[in-house]
This record gives sequence, C-alpha cells and structure tokens, in this order.
Amino acid sequence: MRLPKKYIPLSMAAGIKKALALACCLSLLCSCSNKGNLSVIVAGSTSVQPYAEILAEEFAILYPGSEIDVQGGGSSAGIQAAETRTADIGMSSRHLKESEEAVLHSFEIAKDGLAMIVHPDNPLDNLSLDDVRAIYAQEATLWSDMGGNGHKIHLITREEGSGTRSAFEELVMGTSVISPKAIVQDSNGAVKQLVSNDRNSIGFISLGLVDGTVKALKLDGSAPSIENVLNGTYNLHRPFIFVTSDEPQGEAKEFIDFVMGQHGQELLAKEGLIPPEKGD
Amino acid sequence: MNSNSEKLSHAVFFALALSSISALVLITVFILVQGAPIIAEIGLFKFVFGMTWAPLKGEFGIFPMIVGSVSATIGAAILGVPIGICCAIFLAEFAPPLMRNIFRPAIQLLAGIPSVVYGFWGLIFIVPSIRDHLGGPGLSILAGSIILAIMILPTVISITEVSILALPSSYKEGALALGLNRWQTISSVILPAAKSGIIAAVILGIGRAIGETMAVIMVLGNAVALPESVLDPVRTLTTNIGIEMGYAVGAHRQALFATGIVLFVIIMVLNTTAQYIARRK
Repeated sequence: MRLPKKYIPLSMAAGIKKALALACCLSLLCSCSNKGNLSVIVAGSTSVQPYAEILAEEFAILYPGSEIDVQGGGSSAGIQAAETRTADIGMSSRHLKESEEAVLHSFEIAKDGLAMIVHPDNPLDNLSLDDVRAIYAQEATLWSDMGGNGHKIHLITREEGSGTRSAFEELVMGTSVISPKAIVQDSNGAVKQLVSNDRNSIGFISLGLVDGTVKALKLDGSAPSIENVLNGTYNLHRPFIFVTSDEPQGEAKEFIDFVMGQHGQELLAKEGLIPPEKGD
Repeated sequence: MNSNSEKLSHAVFFALALSSISALVLITVFILVQGAPIIAEIGLFKFVFGMTWAPLKGEFGIFPMIVGSVSATIGAAILGVPIGICCAIFLAEFAPPLMRNIFRPAIQLLAGIPSVVYGFWGLIFIVPSIRDHLGGPGLSILAGSIILAIMILPTVISITEVSILALPSSYKEGALALGLNRWQTISSVILPAAKSGIIAAVILGIGRAIGETMAVIMVLGNAVALPESVLDPVRTLTTNIGIEMGYAVGAHRQALFATGIVLFVIIMVLNTTAQYIARRK
C-alpha cells in the first residue's frame, strides 16, 4: 500500500527544500562547475506521485548529480504550483480545465485506468456504466437491483479535491452527483482495504493498484485491462499529466524528455500504467 | 540588588507566560483571518445551516457535520459518562488502597495512548464487529461513539474522583453517623455535594470528544449527510478539516478554516461553561 505524503504543506516543504538546496549550492560554489544545481521540484497529484518517485530515482541513477524533488498536494494544488512557479513541474491526474490549458504547457506521460472494485465474494462480474452511475447517485440502493443479493450497497468514494474522484465524476457521473451518503476515504489504499473487508461495498481505485484482495468489475462487458483501454472498449481511464508554466528548460526539460522517452515509458508500463496517445 | 533580581525574575516569568498566551492569540487571529472572509461571503446562516458540502462547486454547508459532531459526542457521553462516574465513585469510596494504586496509573495510561492507535484498533476490531452483528457498513456513529467513550474516560474519571475526594470528610462522617448506609451516603450526600465538579468533568470530556480528529477519521466513514440511525456514517467538523486539507486550495481552504472557527466557538463555549459550573458552589 502506498500512502501519499500529502499532509506536508506544499509551499512550506518546497521553501525548506529550496533553502537547503540553495545552501548546498552556496557551500559547493567553489568546487561546483556544473550548470545551476537547484533541484527540480515536481508537485501535485498524489495518484501520480508514486510513479514520479520511481521515475525520479531512475533519473538520478542515469544523471548523477541531478536532483528531482517529488511532492504531493493534489492535482489542483500541483497545477497551481506550476502556474505560480512554486514547482517546476506540476502533476495532474485529471484533464486540464480550459483556463489552465491556455496558460500551461502540458505533457501527457501516461494513462491510468480506474477500476470499479467489489469484495471477491460478490457474485457480480459486470456492470454497465449507467449501473455504476445509478449506484453512486443512489438511484439503486440494493445489490438485487443489479442482479446480486438483497443487501444494501455500501458506497465508498474519495474526498473532494482528489484527482481520482474528479476523474470518476467526469467519466461516470456526468451531470449526476455522487450521493452525499457515500463513505469517504482519503486514499486508494484505504478504499481498497475497506472493500476487501466489506462484502456489500463498492469503490474505485487506480487500475495499477488492483490485487487479489478485491474483484475488479467488467464495465459493459469489457474487463479493466491495459489492452482494453488501448483498444477503446474500456473507457474508464484518465491522463497523468505533467504541466509547466514555461517551455521547460535545463534539468526540468531533461527529466520530462526522460519520462516521455523510451526508458521512462518502459518504467511506467512496468508499473501497470498505460502509454499515452501519440501526438497528444 | 535584591530587588533587581526580583524584578528580573518577574520580567522573565512574565515574558514566558506571555508567550503561551500569544500562541493562543496568534492561532485565533490566524484562523479568523483565513476563515472569516468566506463566512462573510456565503453568509453565516447559509454556512452553518447549509445542507450541501461540495467545495469544488462552491457549496459550503456544514450542518451535516455539526450534526455529525454532536451525535458522535452525545453517543460518547451516553456510553462513557456513566462508566466514568461509577469508576470514580468506586476509586474514591470503595477501592482498597492496593487496587486504587493499580487502577489510577492504568487510567492515566489510557490517556497516553495516541489517538491514531485508538482509531486503528476501532477500524480493525469495532468496525467489523458492528458490520457483522448489527449490519450497515460498520463505519458509523456507533463505532465513533464507542472509541470516543473510551477516550474521554480518563478525563471524566480523574476530575470526578478529585471533586469527590475534595469534599470535607465531615459530610460523609455525618451521614454515616445518622445511620445511612454506604450507598445512601453516596447517592444522597456525596454525589449532590460533588455535583458541580462532576458536571465540569462531563463537559470537559465532551470537549475532548468533539475535538478529537484522527481516531474518528478512521471509524466514522466521513459521509456528509444527515444520519438516519446510529449505524450510518457521518463526518464531524474536525474530520472535515483533517480529510480535505491535503488538497484544499482557494475558497475550499478558507472554508476549512471557517469550519475551524465554528469548532473553536463550540469548544470555547463548552470550556467556559465547565469553568463557570466548577466555580459555582
């Protein structure tokens, strides 16, 4: 289970890290002949964060002396940090709003599927997208409405501000709203934990995090898998995006090039993410 | 010379005392500055009695959370207060010294357990029990109330016990001399005499419960809706801040501070009431 480090106040952590980096730089000034040695700050979506950390580790091995500093904070905070240049690169796990797209450079680094998960003992294997919407709007409250047993459905959702939640709202709910009676958990891990323990629950998490403790449902007959996302039959997926306010330069550019390049993409694929559409 | 060092020590202690007060002032001012504008913008009535919380759509109503805080706290009081008061009476009036020496540190230890441990224990032990035996999702007012009841025990027990022990021994001796038995003495003399202390203990316990965050995030379920039964999930004012602060920006963030203002006012009222009652003789 990966727990997001999201409780660190973004600006404060960034400030301290910057100050430290600056201090290091000054102390090394006489011996330091490299170009600017300030670390690159990557901040935003806690869904993208674990993958960005893996990428940053590999990047540090390939480019010794580089420093990529990955922080959480959420998609909106990440985009805002990129706009205000508090972070060099912002991470988002939702589509950019038009106002954001107008002022930012964006790089789709991967796609992530969303999986609807239920307890392994749940007899259902398949739901339609409309069923899922009806369940989360609480137009259907019993599993028997979906062809299962007669128990009440226990809805589990994510908190306001979460990129996973906004992706779900955008892709599934449309104009309907998630019932306020839904249980709210604040991480993918907590949702998975709860669903694995409660026979009557349903939740949604990143496709890459699904394991044997829960059952991922087919949607409209299409199983949640990388192939089905790529061939367009499984539609519940969202982009993972890097944003910058200027054309990236220096180490930030090197890092983005690395992530978009073959090596970075192979790493992401190995972690269960889906390649972005070409020419995006 | 002597008066100089006296003046110096006076100044040093005054400065240190001031620093603890200034922390209170600093926090209060900060919360107000951050939270008050959004309350002014939405309107106090709409903020406090609004039924919908959808910060990203600009809807900030915290009434379901006030109901959540109140219901979890009342539940904790119903479960915890009788146990706490009985335990305090037992320690003050019945327990032999040896047993008292075991019970007191044990209860103090209860106060020392970190709240996240209470929450985790509740999630692993209490939530599944409720789900299996009573139904519902398990994450519920009942689960939160049970955890909070245990957490307020040390406060309720120690303040109640102290206020019983503070009574002049002549009360008890007189009652016994008049031929009352032990239970009659407790119920008709000691409890009425210690009433103000006991009420203060209960109010401080309630203040503890309403301010608790971490443990209840894990067991309450955090749904922003009016509960229909004790088996429904709710969100409290504290958990609203705790669960959403990681992502909140702009108006959303201000609204969380505004939630803090409401919580602050509730706790101030409770504490002031407790002090007023405790002082009244």
